[in-house]
Formats: sequence, structure tokens, C-alpha cells
Amino acid sequence: MIAMSSQARARRKAEKLQAKAANDLPRSMRPSPVVKVITIVVLVAALIYFLFPIYWAIIASTKTPSQMTGSNGLWFAVGIDQLPDAIATNYSKLLGWTRGQFWRWVLNSLIYSGVSAAVGTIVAVMAGYATAKFNFRGKNAAIGIIMGCMLMPAALLTIPQYSIFHAVHLTNTMLAVIIPCSVSPFGFFLGRVYAQSSVPNELLEAARIDGAGEARIFFTIVLRILAPAMVTIFLFLFVATWNNFLLPLMMLSSDTLKPVTLGLYGMVSLATFNDRGALMMGALLGVLPVIVLFLGLQRYWQAGLAAGAVKG
Amino acid sequence: MTATTQSAKAGGARRAAKPKRSNAAKRENRTGWAFMAPFGILFALVFILPIIWAIYSSFFRQVSEGGGAYGGGELVNKFVGFENFQYVLTSSNFWGGIGRVLIYTLIQVPIMIIAALALAMVIDSFVVKHITGFRLGYFLPYAIPGVVASIIWVYLYNGQISPIVKGLAALGINVDFFADNIVLASMANITTWTFTGYNMLIFLAALQAIPHELYEAARIDGANGFQIAMKIKLPNVRSAALLAMLLSIVGTIQLFNEPQIMQTADPGISKSYTPMMMAMNTSQGTLTPGGDGPASAIAIVMALIAGVLAMAYALVERNVNAE
Repeated sequence: MIAMSSQARARRKAEKLQAKAANDLPRSMRPSPVVKVITIVVLVAALIYFLFPIYWAIIASTKTPSQMTGSNGLWFAVGIDQLPDAIATNYSKLLGWTRGQFWRWVLNSLIYSGVSAAVGTIVAVMAGYATAKFNFRGKNAAIGIIMGCMLMPAALLTIPQYSIFHAVHLTNTMLAVIIPCSVSPFGFFLGRVYAQSSVPNELLEAARIDGAGEARIFFTIVLRILAPAMVTIFLFLFVATWNNFLLPLMMLSSDTLKPVTLGLYGMVSLATFNDRGALMMGALLGVLPVIVLFLGLQRYWQAGLAAGAVKG
Repeated sequence: MTATTQSAKAGGARRAAKPKRSNAAKRENRTGWAFMAPFGILFALVFILPIIWAIYSSFFRQVSEGGGAYGGGELVNKFVGFENFQYVLTSSNFWGGIGRVLIYTLIQVPIMIIAALALAMVIDSFVVKHITGFRLGYFLPYAIPGVVASIIWVYLYNGQISPIVKGLAALGINVDFFADNIVLASMANITTWTFTGYNMLIFLAALQAIPHELYEAARIDGANGFQIAMKIKLPNVRSAALLAMLLSIVGTIQLFNEPQIMQTADPGISKSYTPMMMAMNTSQGTLTPGGDGPASAIAIVMALIAGVLAMAYALVERNVNAE
């Protein structure tokens, strides 16, 4: 027994070594130490560029207006033990500046992004599946128009959208943000590509022979196969809606309907506003939900981007 | 409901030549449209109808009628022909904005794409082992909403509070990021910061889709790492680069968030600093002539310019590629 297991271990070790040798580069391809050092310096410098503003915002979110100008910009103005107090102070100032609306705004953002992403994902996937698996009249025209709109500068549509929503008295309602944000030509494209490549026709035929209706086939079988694509589309729509600024700026006028980005913009554009630390705290708390979603589901981003990059 | 029956009829007519399959074809037609309908309706509402409406309304202007010299008359829509387009095409504000956006696009987009490509190549190379942290760090700014990113950077440009400005001053370099000749570059930096990581991931995905046999074959032929990067990797990310360039050009044409936020710190940024700002302020009546008609005309001219630019770029790219 012992001999066998040690043999097995030896074999496994040999396999590992072999795999390592296969991965190893031939001597001519191995990077020289100089190249390696330069590469790492460049990568780290880029990392500092991308992360420094976020680091600074975290530091700044604990400062009072006078500390903001007077203290070291790279570090906290108070000792670590006093940080909780500094944070609590800025938090209460944030709620004061926003007249207690702050969490209402975050909730609004969650509603706008969550609902538009959910609705947008399901309709995009349905349409992608339809064009991938069914022949219907006008299909190619529909595909052409939708793909063409991928390159349409979408912000330009916000003004006519406003006029149309205004005419039917939908401006300054949640629907005015949710409806435009739930349409994604990119989501359609991704759903179509994914349905084409991963939903087998034989499976659909088999289900039909078993007597399942089209709706049942779609909701019980196809959706399950399309789940990874759906997560990707959901993420893209969620972030796009959370980041949209022009649309809510035009569509919404009441304070209680604002998404968090618009609320923060309202704060900075106040002439009397100088409490930048409190604002930085709001900015950080306001992006937290997106960051969490983003880090938690990051492999799906890669998948979606890969589909866009390779097939595009 | 009417849409489905209509299309079913039409589908039947199209397939009349194959009478045996006509029932199945009708069914397929109906099912296809049923799945298409929810997206189709929303798409029409959000894309098609606004485009039609913008074209229609661009021929009208709101004028007050009946109030005479004292004003207060009722606002009515008056057909003005091409007057709105004439106004846009002869407006120095509009062309000034287009000029800024074009300079912005010409500088920012290539810098961002080249940086993204370079970072992707380095990360994809065999030099660095632990890439997840770098990848995530570069992509993180994309999760920060443009408004928040702009606010943070506006503070980092502020001489009173920014450690960057203070640090540079300590080194003897005095910069005013809001100075008239630099402010556009300051905005470009915000866009670059936000979107470089996003584009890098697109390139990285394309690079990682290249079959590894290609590298092995090249190595056997005696190619070094640099040659592999230039002769194999670069050609293989061409289509991804084309798409990223096109989307970035279309994106920068609509430049709005950054200047709108920077305006809160820099009164030198006018209401028509970029065409998109001009369009919004025109539609809200804070620029004259205000209202939907002139704003629609601005949007249409911008869409045409964006289309021409994107097409010109795609054609140039294809010609260069074909050689």
C-alpha cells in the first residue's frame, strides 16, 4: 500500500515536472532580467495611476474642509484611533448636505439599475434567441437595424427621448429612466452570438417531439443554457445605468427620484458647497454596490468582452 | 396580437412555394416574432421613434404667437424648413464645440487604445506571473461612474487640495489643470483613466484567444518575443482594435459628463463647450434659439458627423489592412 502510494506520488511529481518543462520557454525566448524589471516597473506605475485617485478619495473622505487644504494629501489628517470619529462626523455631514436623502438616492440607483438590467437582459436574450433559432419575415432587416444602432451615439437620443416621454407625461417618473436603460443592442448581439453557439438544435427538436411548447422550452431549457451570457448582459446594463448621467439629469426633477450620481452632482454644483470630504464619503458609498457586484462577478466581464472582441 | 397575425400571413405568403412546409413555417414565423416582440417594442420606443421624432421636430421651431410686443403669447410650433440646420451649420459655437471634440478624439482615443494594447500585451506576455491583481486594478476605474470619477479628478486638479499639484509645485513645476490650453487634456485624462482598463480587457480577451500553436510554430522558425508580438499578436487583435476604436470615437463625440462636472469648478467652460452640452442646454432653453427643433438639428448633425468619422476610420483601417 505504502509502496503504491509513493509510486503514485512519484509519478504525479514526474508529470508535474514534465508539465512545467512544457510550459517553460526555450532559452532564446526567456525574458532577460532587464526586460523583466522594466516590465514590472511599467505595470506597477500603471497600477498606481489607476488606483491613486481611489486611494486619495478614501483618505479625503475622512477630512474636514480645513484638513482638506491644510493636511498631508497622501495620509489621514488624524491618528488611526480617531478615524472612527472623523468618519462619523463626515457621515453625518453627508446626510445633512443631502437633507437625509442620501440612502434614498442609493436605493433609487439600485432600483433603476436593477430593474433595467433585469428587464433588459430578458428581452435581449429572448430577441437574440429568436434571431438565432427561428426564421421569420424581416429577421435580417431587424438584425441589421439593431446592429447599426450599436454604433449610434446613444446620448444623442436622450433629447428626443425626453420630448417623447414629456408628451406622454412620463418625465419625472422612474419609468423615464428605466425604459431607455433597458434596451441594449449590445445585449441583443451577445445573446444572439451565445444562443447560436451554445443552444443545440437537436435539444430543441427533442423537446418539441416530447410535446413541450415554445415558451416552456425557452423558459425551462434555453434560459438555463444562456445563464452565463445573461449574467454578462445584466452586469453591463447595470453598470451602464448606474453610470448614466445625462438621462436622469434631463428626465428627473424631483429630489426623491434622483439616482446617487445626480444627487452628488447637485451637491458639487451648489455655490456654497465646500465640504469635499463629506462628498468623497458619499462618492465612495455611492459606488460601493457597483464595486461589490463587479468584483464578485468579474469572470463574466471577461467572458462578455471576449465575445465582443472575437466575434466583433 | 395584430403584429403576430400579420407577420404570420406574410410568412405564409413568402413560403407559398413550399406548400408542405407552410404550416411549420407559419408557426416558426409566429414564434420568432413572439420572442422578438418585447425587445422590438422597447427598441422602437427608445431608438426608432426618437430618431424619427428628432428628424421631424428639426423642421419646427417654437415661437410665441399673438402676444405681440409684450410677449406672453401662446407657444406654437412653426414649420421653419431648414432654418434650424442653417442655424447649426453657421453657428460658431457649434463648430467650436466640434473642433474641441475632434481634437479631443484625435489625441485621447489613440493614447487610450495604444496604452490599453500595450498593457494587454505585457500582461499576456510570459514575463509576469501573477496577472489577476493588475488586471483587476486596471479595470476598477470602469466601475466608478463618470460623474464620481470626474468629481474626484476635479479635486485632484485643484491647487488647494491636490497632492499632485502640490507635489509638482514642490518639484518646481507649477501647473494649472484648468488653464484654457490644458483643460481639454485634463478632461481627456479622466476619460483615459476610466476606459483604458476596459479596452485592455477587450484586447486581452482577443490575445488569449490566439491558438498557442502559432507561437510554437513561430519559435521553431526562430522568432523572438518581440517579433511574435508584432507579427502574430498585433494582426490577431486587429478586429478587436477596430471595434474598440470605433466605439471610442462614437463615445468621445458625445463628450458630456467630464466638461459638465468640470464646469462646476471652472466657469471658463461655456454652455456650448461640447456639442452635447450645447444640445442639452438648447433643448432646455438656456441657449437661444432654444427648444426641441434646434436641439434636434444639433443632434442630427452630430450623428452625421459621428457616422462619417466612424466610416472614414473603418475605410482607412481596411485599406491599410489590405496592403
